[in-house]
Amino acid sequence: MVLQMSGATSTRRAPLLTIYAALVFIFIYLPVVVLILYSFNRDGVGGFPPRHFTLDWYRQLFADTSIWDAVENSLIVAAGSVALALILGLLAALALDRANFPGKALFRRLVLLPLILPGIITGLSLLMFAVFAGAQLSLFTVFLGHGTALISVATTELFAGLQKMDRTQEEASLDLGATPWQTFWCITLPNLKLSLIASGLLIFTLSMDEIAVTFFLIGRDNTLPLEIWGRLRRGITPEINAVSTLIFAVSVGLIVIWYRVRTRGLGAEAQELLERP
Amino acid sequence: MNSSAASSAETASPAGGVLLEVRGVAKNFGARNVLKNIGESGSGKTTLLRLVAGFEQPTAGEIWMSGERLDTLPPYKRRVNTVFQHYALFPHLSVHENVAYGLRVKKTSATEIGGRVDEALRMVKMQEFADSQPSKLSGGQQQRVALARALVNRPLLLLLDEPLSALDANLRKQMQSELKALQRELGITFLFVTHDQEEAMALSDRIALLRNGSLEQVASPREIYAHPATAYTAQFIGQTNLLRGEIIDSTARCGTLQWPSEGPSGPAIFSLRPEAIRFASDDVTPHGTARFRASLEQQFFSGASELLEVNCGGSQLLRVRISARGPLSGEHEFVFSIADAIRVQE
Amino acid sequence: MYSRTYKTLVSIPPLLWVGVFLLLPYALMFAHSFWAVHEGVLVHQWNLHNYATLFSKPVYVEVLLRTMRIAASVTLCSLLLGYPLAYYLSFHAGARKELLYQLVIVPLWVSYLVRGYAWKTILGSEGVLNGFLQYLHVTHEPVAFLLYSPFAVVLMLTHIYTPFVFLPIYAALEHIPRPLVEASHDLGAGAAQTFLRVILPLSIPGLLAGATFAFVLSLGDFLAPLLVGGASGTMIANVVQSLFGAALDWPLGAAISVCILLVIISLLFLTERLEKRWSFK
Repeated sequence: MVLQMSGATSTRRAPLLTIYAALVFIFIYLPVVVLILYSFNRDGVGGFPPRHFTLDWYRQLFADTSIWDAVENSLIVAAGSVALALILGLLAALALDRANFPGKALFRRLVLLPLILPGIITGLSLLMFAVFAGAQLSLFTVFLGHGTALISVATTELFAGLQKMDRTQEEASLDLGATPWQTFWCITLPNLKLSLIASGLLIFTLSMDEIAVTFFLIGRDNTLPLEIWGRLRRGITPEINAVSTLIFAVSVGLIVIWYRVRTRGLGAEAQELLERP
Repeated sequence: MNSSAASSAETASPAGGVLLEVRGVAKNFGARNVLKNIGESGSGKTTLLRLVAGFEQPTAGEIWMSGERLDTLPPYKRRVNTVFQHYALFPHLSVHENVAYGLRVKKTSATEIGGRVDEALRMVKMQEFADSQPSKLSGGQQQRVALARALVNRPLLLLLDEPLSALDANLRKQMQSELKALQRELGITFLFVTHDQEEAMALSDRIALLRNGSLEQVASPREIYAHPATAYTAQFIGQTNLLRGEIIDSTARCGTLQWPSEGPSGPAIFSLRPEAIRFASDDVTPHGTARFRASLEQQFFSGASELLEVNCGGSQLLRVRISARGPLSGEHEFVFSIADAIRVQE
Repeated sequence: MYSRTYKTLVSIPPLLWVGVFLLLPYALMFAHSFWAVHEGVLVHQWNLHNYATLFSKPVYVEVLLRTMRIAASVTLCSLLLGYPLAYYLSFHAGARKELLYQLVIVPLWVSYLVRGYAWKTILGSEGVLNGFLQYLHVTHEPVAFLLYSPFAVVLMLTHIYTPFVFLPIYAALEHIPRPLVEASHDLGAGAAQTFLRVILPLSIPGLLAGATFAFVLSLGDFLAPLLVGGASGTMIANVVQSLFGAALDWPLGAAISVCILLVIISLLFLTERLEKRWSFK
């Protein structure tokens, strides 16, 4: 006789639940699948079944300069937002982790608010502020809006990373003669590398997709989501399907990277980000 | 003697069903037995427990208890309850509710629940903590609650998965004696899993030693200590000297030692406990002894006794346990009774 | 271990930024709600007129109630979809758990707009679903209520927020130590009883977090109604949006926003207290 553990605890059969879970999965994926399918349909969006395969819509998409201008704008804003949010988010995380000051609890809640509040509220309040300050609406105001709203994403993730970090490493560094500044660069930051990358990717994606806040802060130059939005108001063309499919493909690529980065070092903490707005 | 809990675990490797001697043991199970499942980590002792509890399924073979088939039943239908290694108390329920859980699930009446929970808590001396939250209790207290929670259901068999390993040494000793008293009082069969052989010997009526997933030996503590079946058993339970050599012409030769032996010729291993060896000058046995000379290499004092490491000329050091007598040195004559050199399998 | 300089240096920039770009704007919005508009020009005349309008005009109350209903429906449907999915992944998926988890997360990253647009194309009279139904000869003409109705808004938002609801519930379920489940079985409880007595109570914090998220964000959504809601599916955020757009009455818009904000903040406080009460170590 040999007694061996069977590995994980036996998962029982639950046929009804399995079917239900499968249905939920289908519900989650079906619309996007349909959308991708119809981006190749010659007869446009709608009707069933899709009959003629074509790449025309993609060709049209690639020739569409205003879309690509919008993409460029979005990329600029996103890059800026990542930089702004990461820097301020890192400082905020450090402050929350290490400093005590009056109003700390309030500060913490305030920083996290934009994550849970509907975008319209954040967007409108920033709009009022812009008008109050006499600023012209433009990509710059969009950039400020994104950056501000997304500080919370960086703060949450970096704070979790700091908590997980082995504090004694910093103490050892100081003990060996390094200044706090050197310790920060040589010890603290490298330890936060994974958190920084993961939150950077997330902020980038959220900024690229942002509509609600952008809606109220946009000037003459459109970001990609707003460009698409504008067209949607005018009418549906499968070209929109095509660009959506591309966005989907890029998103999937990014999330795969993001996930690999996260699970490599962070584990459960990263969940907090999306669970606890 | 074959009254209530007879537990026969017939389980098999994926390669095919093999009937085990455990079956033979099952016949000897009485109502008041504490069976210890003992072995190193990875030996399969926890697996055995989980198989009996119902959290693992045998890949082949069957499990029977008291003449009833067990492995076809899900855990919630077995008359078996478990005390988990880390207690697994429900954090969202009070101590009282934790203990009452099994009764509530069976829709027992409120009055009966009240009475039985009180009784169970009193048995483990936790009645004043009835309304506390598990998170506020110490390790030892949580363990008592876990015990009460299992016992209140009056199972035929109680499984305990290394229940004392998380406790500090003093608390462990205390809990050991309490558990033993409790078991005697209740008359329920306890199936203990532990890696601590001292604990096993102190508490159990029978020990089942597992090694790499197989049963090495099943016997009472005294039996297993005095007559280990294999070299592994001899070394695992208590301390021993393993003498490797051979029997030629009715004489056992191990290194420089030799003594008359009746076994068949061929290679042999003998287990000789340290306390079986004594100074020749202390010996009063008339016959049936073997003598040898050895030089003292190391001496370890341990209060009531000394452990000597002596070199008898062969490549091995022998360990000898004698009563405390101050520092020693040099060469001495030692004897041991031939009957104490137990022949063991590999 | 950290000097005062260090602590000051790290605290000041974010504090300043948050103060200027978050606190101040919210305060401004609050202030606007007490001002008025005269002939299209903003006047800093402190009054409570906006709030009076909000609560007296039936149209606003009606839209607000409809919004609450929609948000509640979305939350309920997302829970009904997300919880069983999380439960399945946590307790029944075995080796495929990791992969399935990643599959659930992927749609979260896909643009909100993309997903909303997908529903628009599916639900329309000329859309895929109607085409499909007619193809199967289940119906002979387009079903009208599918698009440009509260139904469509609920459907779209449920689709968006189910993964969001799934995440915290899954995390909470994963945190439940498996020995607790085994202990419950050991004591005689089957799968259903174990779920009701042990798993569900311990998953409440995650459930509350997810439900709050879905409700709050649905409450303030203005894009979904514009895409698929039509006239009958207008929500309170659309009212606000138009007040800042064509209707040009910022003070009134601000007043409504402040109300929404207050509702949300109260809800957040409530769920936070509930979560604390239901979290056990």
